[in-house]
Amino acid sequence: MNDIQEAITRAHRGEWARVVASLTKRFGDLDIAEEAAAEAFATAVERWPEDGVPPNPGAWLTTTANRKAIDRIRREAKRDDKQKEAQMSYGEPPEPLGVIDDERLRLIFTCCHPALGMETRVALTLRMVGGLTVPEIARAFLVQETAMGQRITRAKAKIKAARIPYRVPSSEDLPSRVSGVLAVLFLVFNEGYLATGADTDPVRHELTAEAIRLTRLIRALLPDDGEVAGLLALMLLTEARGTARVSRTGELVSLDEQDRGAWDTAMIAEGHQLVRERLATRIPPGRYQILAAINAVHTSARDVRDTDWSQVVALYDQLARIDRSPIVALNRAIAVAELDGPDVALAIVDGLGDKLSGYHAYHATRADLLRRLGRSAESRAAYDEAIELAANTAETAYLTRRRNQLA
Amino acid sequence: MQYLISVIDDRTGSATADEMEAIDAFNEQLIADGHWVFAGGLSAPSDATVIDGRGEGTPLFTDGPFLESKEYMAGFWVFEAPDLDVALKLAAAASKACNRRLEVRPFL
Repeated sequence: MNDIQEAITRAHRGEWARVVASLTKRFGDLDIAEEAAAEAFATAVERWPEDGVPPNPGAWLTTTANRKAIDRIRREAKRDDKQKEAQMSYGEPPEPLGVIDDERLRLIFTCCHPALGMETRVALTLRMVGGLTVPEIARAFLVQETAMGQRITRAKAKIKAARIPYRVPSSEDLPSRVSGVLAVLFLVFNEGYLATGADTDPVRHELTAEAIRLTRLIRALLPDDGEVAGLLALMLLTEARGTARVSRTGELVSLDEQDRGAWDTAMIAEGHQLVRERLATRIPPGRYQILAAINAVHTSARDVRDTDWSQVVALYDQLARIDRSPIVALNRAIAVAELDGPDVALAIVDGLGDKLSGYHAYHATRADLLRRLGRSAESRAAYDEAIELAANTAETAYLTRRRNQLA
Repeated sequence: MQYLISVIDDRTGSATADEMEAIDAFNEQLIADGHWVFAGGLSAPSDATVIDGRGEGTPLFTDGPFLESKEYMAGFWVFEAPDLDVALKLAAAASKACNRRLEVRPFL
């Protein structure tokens, strides 16, 4: 990549959300903001190689996008809608950069509004805040481009017609709304971390990286929110193991078999720092903070045998108290197996069968416990069920090998 | 900005005395806070008549509602609210008061 392309890519990553947010504020319309931002970046692609990269790319892009938006409104106003002309006159001039961090936060809260469906929130956030193109989002979620385009268009129309406000929620509503935003970002991350579909890469780093970037943004804007810090730590500690998680042959490598030397030490250090910071506050942790703490224990062990399993189980106990989901119970059982033995864990897991029989990890966990107890035939049957239900290619490969290794 | 809040039910006139009381209290608050526009209960869909006066000649009347469904609009509010967040907050309180699911739709 040459310098200009790199500058454009960097500007796109860093400035897209700012440009969209500042235009949304000025023109009160996500559609106009998005299209004008896209036009401004397209203009940069044309002009920067000839004119050079402007000294302040963000300001250049905002100014250009503003002009594009006004042109667009003029064209439309001439064609049919005289009212739009009036809208332009009350628009304030673009604010200096830096002041508008808050604007991006408004944009995120608008895209993650609870009146929108969860899938729509994810798509809209990736488009409006992340700057991913519609084809990129469609590819990531394995849907048709036209369907994804329609979903985003419908969402923007609803925001406008129903008057979903463009603002950071009141302090009273903020905690519940932040949790919705974090859920969106966690979904994006998980889809990247354990991508579904036979034809996709098992790990989609563009999605995990985007989720981390957006969570960092939220963290910069809401530095005192423990769950934001927790989610960022969780993502970092998970992503740090990314390269060790899939073998060269495309097979999932379980935690105990991973080459710990291949873990990203900088990400782990940052994750640990965040976890320590939250512990120091002595404020009771939420779900993401506890999950981050569990991952901190795992990543603290230089060898799997050094893992402090009693600590892991204690953290899962804590998690189970605030999240009674059977998936938490299943993950807790995996840690219990290390502490109290596979027979104790199997009794817990078997008790979850009613709720989790359609979940591949339930069968994979049972298969592993049965294998360790020497019950090969039952283990094989459980592996078969897990393979049937697994949607991630690397996971299927891993489960198949484990099944075939059974006596 | 006005919003139509439809009360979703599979019966009409099914509110209990307690629910009616809660609805009255909610409505009084709505009026006091300046969000009240209009509200009303509706009779059963079987009482509806569909009219088609589009063509030449006499309008066509059809007995019954325009669509058959298990659940339907049993009543409604019209709220005045500055944005959807306010409308949703009011609707959540309304849903609690009348003990029914609601649908919120903005007027154009």
